[in-house]
Amino acid sequence: MSYIRPEFRHPASKTNTSGFTRKDYEGALSTLCAGCGHDSVSNAIIDSCFELGVWPHRVAKISGIGCSSKTPTYFLGKSHGFNSVHGRMPSVATGANMANGEMAYIGVSGDSDTASIGLGQFAHVARRNLNMVYIVENNGCYGLTKGQDSATTDVGSSSKKGDPNPYEAVDLCSMALQLGATFVARSFSGDKEQLVPLIKAAITHNGFAFIDVISPCVTFNNTPASSKGFEFVREHREATGKMDFVPVRSEITTNYEPGFVKEITLHYGSVIHLYKDDKLDCTDRNSALRAIQEHDEKGRILTGLLYVDPDSRDFHKVQQTVKQPLRDLNEEDLCPGARSLNAINASLR
Amino acid sequence: MTAGGLRLKPTNIADPEYFHKVVDCQYACPAHTPVPEYIRLIAAERYTEAYMVNWESNVFPGVLGRTCDRPCEPACRRGRVEEEPVAICRLKRVAADNKDDITEFLPASGKKNGKKVALVGAGPASLAVARDLAPLGYDLHVYDENAKGGGFMRSQIPSFRLPEAVLDQEVEYITDNKNIATFYSTRIDSLKALLAKDYDAVFIGSGAPKGRDLPDLPGRKEGADNIHIGIDWLGSVAFEHISSVGKKVIVLGGGNTAMDCCRTARRIGGSEVKVIVRSPFADMKASPWEKDDAASEDIPIIDNHVPLEFVIEEGKLVGMRFDRVRAEYDAKGRRKLISTDEEPAFYPCDEVLVAIGQENAFPWIERDIDIEFDKWELPELDTVTYQSSNPKVFFGGDAAFGPENIITAVAQAHQAAISIDLFCQGEKLTKRPGPGVTLVSQKMGIHEWSYDSSVVSDVRYQVPHADKTAALGDRKLEVELGFSKDTGFEEAQRCLNCDVQTVFVEALCIECDACVDICPTECISFVDNAKEPELRDSLRMPAKNLDQDLYVSDKLPTGRIMAKDEDVCLHCGLCAERCPTSAWDMQTFLYQVTKASQI
Ligand SMILES: Cc1cc2nc3c(=O)[nH]c(=O)nc-3n(C[C@H](O)[C@H](O)[C@H](O)COP(=O)(O)OP(=O)(O)OC[C@H]3O[C@@H](n4cnc5c(N)ncnc54)[C@H](O)[C@@H]3O)c2cc1C
Ligand SMILES: Cc1ncc(C[n+]2csc(CCOP(=O)(O)OP(=O)(O)O)c2C)c(N)n1
Ligand code: SF4
Ligand code: SF4
Ligand code: SF4
Ligand SMILES: [Mg+2]
Repeated sequence: MSYIRPEFRHPASKTNTSGFTRKDYEGALSTLCAGCGHDSVSNAIIDSCFELGVWPHRVAKISGIGCSSKTPTYFLGKSHGFNSVHGRMPSVATGANMANGEMAYIGVSGDSDTASIGLGQFAHVARRNLNMVYIVENNGCYGLTKGQDSATTDVGSSSKKGDPNPYEAVDLCSMALQLGATFVARSFSGDKEQLVPLIKAAITHNGFAFIDVISPCVTFNNTPASSKGFEFVREHREATGKMDFVPVRSEITTNYEPGFVKEITLHYGSVIHLYKDDKLDCTDRNSALRAIQEHDEKGRILTGLLYVDPDSRDFHKVQQTVKQPLRDLNEEDLCPGARSLNAINASLR
Repeated sequence: MTAGGLRLKPTNIADPEYFHKVVDCQYACPAHTPVPEYIRLIAAERYTEAYMVNWESNVFPGVLGRTCDRPCEPACRRGRVEEEPVAICRLKRVAADNKDDITEFLPASGKKNGKKVALVGAGPASLAVARDLAPLGYDLHVYDENAKGGGFMRSQIPSFRLPEAVLDQEVEYITDNKNIATFYSTRIDSLKALLAKDYDAVFIGSGAPKGRDLPDLPGRKEGADNIHIGIDWLGSVAFEHISSVGKKVIVLGGGNTAMDCCRTARRIGGSEVKVIVRSPFADMKASPWEKDDAASEDIPIIDNHVPLEFVIEEGKLVGMRFDRVRAEYDAKGRRKLISTDEEPAFYPCDEVLVAIGQENAFPWIERDIDIEFDKWELPELDTVTYQSSNPKVFFGGDAAFGPENIITAVAQAHQAAISIDLFCQGEKLTKRPGPGVTLVSQKMGIHEWSYDSSVVSDVRYQVPHADKTAALGDRKLEVELGFSKDTGFEEAQRCLNCDVQTVFVEALCIECDACVDICPTECISFVDNAKEPELRDSLRMPAKNLDQDLYVSDKLPTGRIMAKDEDVCLHCGLCAERCPTSAWDMQTFLYQVTKASQI
């Protein structure tokens, strides 16, 4: 009987550039349903952080409520974390980021957590271009509360016990694009080859990086009549094109693979290589919106990197706040005293 | 598995050999003892059953639990995920030490079937043949020149490694069977004469009784009184014809016989005992644990010394001279010992024990009775049936293909017994029974298995040893004390249950990746099919250990296949626990080599 994971790992397990093994990025053993897509997303996050060589102690995981929001327990067990209130992950992430801009923030949310109760918070964190990764594990239902339809359930889709959903779905990628998110992607929990480079690029991106990951709920919403089940997604999915993430440290070769189309340099010097993305121009918001729309009309789900603004200016930059962690400031800088306040007040008169 | 050029075909798990190979220890055991099966019984404190699982397979669990060469241990999977394998051999002894009276489980002597078989030698080979045939009603006559049964287990393996009482008991479990008659202190001097008697078949388990000598080394003749052939000397000590040795003893040789000689000499008067060996230390044939034991009894091992002469003064042996050499290896790894051209090294001594190898010798087998011998004077045998060119005569154990070990002798004996039975019943010898195989699901609930699936991190437990002074003062005092029941339990928990197989049913798989994500050792991948070398490279963890198979499925709905590298699977069952559709299941696979009779 096991909720115990063996200590042994593959003897050929590698050590990354920061001296950690993949095991150092694992968390507690998952308590989600066997086969839940969310567990695959957790593993994609583990793979991404391991491969990027991020320092676990420089990452904070923030989430709301839901099966998806439980998952930060199951990855990066040596990182910081805050499991907040339903739909309120963005405000906690904002506060944390304002207090310490030097950490990597990984927000994990669900489709209900984001598109229902948290829609308002989502809109504003996207607008503010907070420097964070925002992953929605989108299963088109309220998994934790037993599978009710959510705001991303497609019209006509039905879950295990439900009737076809009569309401129009919220498309979170389109919304994120319209609200000013500077990195927008869609992916599928069942395709780590696509998901891992996207998460790596998102972590590296300087600004609000949004990934809508279709992540089937095997228990309540993996029916043949559901548009968020494994089978449906596999059959209706289309990719914008293969994407490679090339971190700063690695040597960039000039021998691109066949089909190479574009190179996008991210803020800290890492590079995204894109292959075969036909009509979509990933640096043009409207092009991305159009591509999503066109695919949707054909009943196809467009996945992959949809939009990135390599010149993104994050919230700290816009607000001109100190990016230096508040805990590193001395008392004098933090509380400059009555004289400074008076000076500010005087300047406003 | 198909050859390199083609894409892999789905693994045929209906072939018992596939899962058999996954159980590394059992596969490596010449007798294919179901190791994890008895280890679980030990953990459950069911010692008698654990003993009987062994007895069925290897016939001498108490002896082997102390002395087996243990090819299972270097093969053990645990040694691939951490430093040390499971102490399989020591666990066998736990079963033997703690069993209850087993006589009620011993097979009955079958109703006489009218056939008579003679067995030459009462070593493990002959005894195992006799055990397998007795329940079938054969009249079995076992001849041995010694006063008691056991063969080399009695004459060569010193009592401080194998107490006589343990050996006596296991020999008697066999010879107490009414269909077996023992003729001890009876040497067979002519096979021709034996064949002239009314035996339906003859089994030759006479071992490899001739120790190699250095007949041409200067001083050999003059020093003869104080120069002994190792195995003869050990036999004389065992049968108490010799009870002392000189103070300074040189043992020549680097195998296990040399180790037994030097340790025996330490106990009967040798205060300065040295082992001197031609080869480098690392190339010595002795098992590592035997070398350790010798070292802990203050016996230096001097390597890279080639004997030049026995030095005789006033008609008496006073020492030996050696050429100092170094080893060089050519591209093929062949070794050459090259003299360093230094002054020869002199070591004084009172006695020399020559333990430099053993050979077969069949002076009692006439060469005109249709038994062909090859150029090494070994009988020409069928490697499956152990039948010689005289269809009535079968060989097994050291007599068959040269000196090996007890477990090999037993494994060969099982096959020879099947052949003898088929032969006596007038059946074709090629009509051999396949293994007995069962595969049973262990699922009890979502997170519950009927085997203990958790994987402990404990490192290998060490066995306690007897007090050194006491041990060196008494040739018969057993050195290794064996695990206590408690330690036995802890060590048993280290076993990964490699016989609890991960069975995959592709029709149920929805490719959700749950198994891939949970597997602690990253054994499972979903990939495009390819030729084996490319496939091995494309896995989540490249499958570099070519001795270990890949378990591959047929094409799945996405066009990929499931490929599992068996190499470091911990048999933890997590893949099956995380699978939402039970496409994975954990099933206990029991593989039993079929014996001549059901034990
Ligand atoms: C010093 C030493 C230590 C060893 N230690 C180990 C160990 O720790 N573990 C291990 O697995 N193996 C060990 N071995 C090897 C092991 O003992 C043998 O491989 C094994 O006993 C072979 O079994 P067998 O039945 O073929 O022959 P044997 O055990 O050699 O038995 C043959 C018997 O036949 C008798 N015999 C021979 N010819 C005749 C005849 N013409 N008439 C009547 N009787 C005859 C012999 O006297 C003997 O009793 C050791 C060997 C030596 C020499
Ligand atoms: C304020 C508040 N309202 C309602 C709930 C009940 N509740 C818990 S989880 C959940 C829905 C979760 O759905 P989603 O965010 O899609 O996550 P999933 O479980 O599907 O991954 C709801 C409504 C709550 N915990 N708190
Ligand atoms: S209920 Fe659905 S979303 Fe929640 S853990 Fe189970 S499968 Fe995953
Ligand atoms: S772990 Fe257990 S079953 Fe596996 S090879 Fe070792 S002893 Fe045998
Ligand atoms: S039993 Fe399954 S999960 Fe456990 S190590 Fe083996 S393949 Fe991996
Ligand atoms: Mg949901």
